Amino acid sequence: MTQPLLQVDDLHVRFPIAGGGLLGTGKRMLHAVNGISFSLAKGECLSIVGESGCGKSTTALSILGLQEPTEGAIRYRGQPLNGPGAPGRMQRAKAVQMVFQDPYASLNPRQSVRTSLAAPLRLHGMTAASEIEGRIEAMLKNVGLTPEQAKRYPHEFSGGQRQRIGIARALILEPEIVVLDEPVSALDVSIRAQIINLLLDLQEKLGLSYIMISHDLSVVEHMSDRVLVMFFGEVVEEGGWRQIFEAPTHPYTRRLIAAIPDPDVALKPVGRQDERAEMPLLAGRRFVSDGRASPDVFTPPAPSELVEIGANHKVRLAMA
Amino acid sequence: MTAPLLDIRDLRLGVAAGRTVTHPLLKGVSFQIMPGEAYGLVGESGSGKSVTSLAVMGLLKKPLAVSGGEILFKGQNLLSLPKREMRRLRGNRITMIFQEPMTALNPLSTVGRQIAEMFVLHQGKSWDEAHKLAVEALANVRVPNPERRAKNLPHPMSGGLRQRVMIAMALACNPDLLIADEPTTALDVTVQAEVLRLIKELCAARGTAVLFISHDLGVIASICQRVGVMYGGCLVEENETRALFDNPRHDYTRGLLGALPRLGSRSEHGRQRLVDIDSIIADRSKLTETRFIAPRVVEGGQL
Repeated sequence: MTQPLLQVDDLHVRFPIAGGGLLGTGKRMLHAVNGISFSLAKGECLSIVGESGCGKSTTALSILGLQEPTEGAIRYRGQPLNGPGAPGRMQRAKAVQMVFQDPYASLNPRQSVRTSLAAPLRLHGMTAASEIEGRIEAMLKNVGLTPEQAKRYPHEFSGGQRQRIGIARALILEPEIVVLDEPVSALDVSIRAQIINLLLDLQEKLGLSYIMISHDLSVVEHMSDRVLVMFFGEVVEEGGWRQIFEAPTHPYTRRLIAAIPDPDVALKPVGRQDERAEMPLLAGRRFVSDGRASPDVFTPPAPSELVEIGANHKVRLAMA
Repeated sequence: MTAPLLDIRDLRLGVAAGRTVTHPLLKGVSFQIMPGEAYGLVGESGSGKSVTSLAVMGLLKKPLAVSGGEILFKGQNLLSLPKREMRRLRGNRITMIFQEPMTALNPLSTVGRQIAEMFVLHQGKSWDEAHKLAVEALANVRVPNPERRAKNLPHPMSGGLRQRVMIAMALACNPDLLIADEPTTALDVTVQAEVLRLIKELCAARGTAVLFISHDLGVIASICQRVGVMYGGCLVEENETRALFDNPRHDYTRGLLGALPRLGSRSEHGRQRLVDIDSIIADRSKLTETRFIAPRVVEGGQL
């Protein structure tokens, strides 16, 4: 088997929360991510879905090196990305980059697009002005902007154009992995379609691997190869997009899918899975959670394991 | 045929400079909402859907001003109503919920008091009585522990709970019309599903008509009987929800539907591209010149 591009093993992230305890001196630990493992192959789009607070963004920040994991290992082409022996920010920047949800908040309003895009190139040792100009020009064309627009400032662009600039900035160092954090949820329907098309085109053209974080499952179905469903810091179901969308097994996955306001489903309610239906036991074993009650984030989760129920399709069950 | 509850006729508004309107935002919008009906307005940012709702509420701020048309509510033109009369209607007969409940709630007052205020102002109840009704109203929108929650300030509440408080407040006086402007956009999907179900059930039970504004066609489909599609300050198409989705007739509507990634639409053979509206509509400026497409209404309101 070929080596995965990115390998995450048993990732834990805990945050100390001040206060609590006697006289407010005790420290409690908030368990944000509890033992996540996954791998990402070259050219793949892996989506992490779940609601606010499920730990999907913390996982992404760990991969980017913006959040040091409490436990666990992240490897990029076999090389550790965290702990001792981790590469510096400069090297990491060439491996993983991020596209943010709100491009306006992530672009410097006082810098022209050219300045924004040139800065990382300069930092990485590119000095020749013509070379920098060439790269910027090519990148702007790649994301569907014109080279003339490089001299403009973020406020002069529409939301969709700004997201294109955000994508250009993430790609300018030619990373292999791009983390997309809700890349289209701030955009209008028609613009959203354009950006989704652009992301898919770029993935094909540049051989990119995506880790997409989203709670919009219709976009996830459209774009992903594989899907991880997270619930309170744990992966509760994992599988190919077909398995997740056509045979969702964990009650939380079913609940998420049932909650999507989909015009076809809303108008033709026949055949829709009833999210309130009682979940049968799976091979005599219980699910740890039904995805309704919120577990206590300050205690470690009950022991459970991911059980393979089909080809590359896993679901979390309580220990037998 | 019963009379419409809300009848908007050729509504025009824009940025006013002195007596003339320089930038038109609504270029003659007309639609009707029947009593108890849920009507959806869908469109992208800037299409004019929110200003339409603000005009109905009489909440347009300078420099925006209405330059023509009528907004008839139960046959009464809201545009010519004195401010005092309008205040009596607003929050009582016509109410509104917003996208971000935190900015719509008073951060310094308990939610119980904010709901109770509705009963005191509009129904002349005493504060004691109003507080009891407020707890009841919270229970109606399925807030757990309503007595305890009524004593909470808005900020420790989750987004979903705050939106429920807004709904409780909006429905407190059994209004005739509820205007919901993107009420679930800021919420997680499962919370969104619960809030939508709540709006749908409560309004159906009380016979409250809903003007639901959203850019999300899925949300609109799950709640509205009829939909109007807005673009560039015009209503470009209007139809019953089912018919609009099955048989969109305006280019823009067709583009909007094609741009939507739909569940279960992905085929075995990889990912197909979504429709880019700009690729089917070469010139957006021509869009609003095409004639308004609506099903012909004959006697009895049938197609």
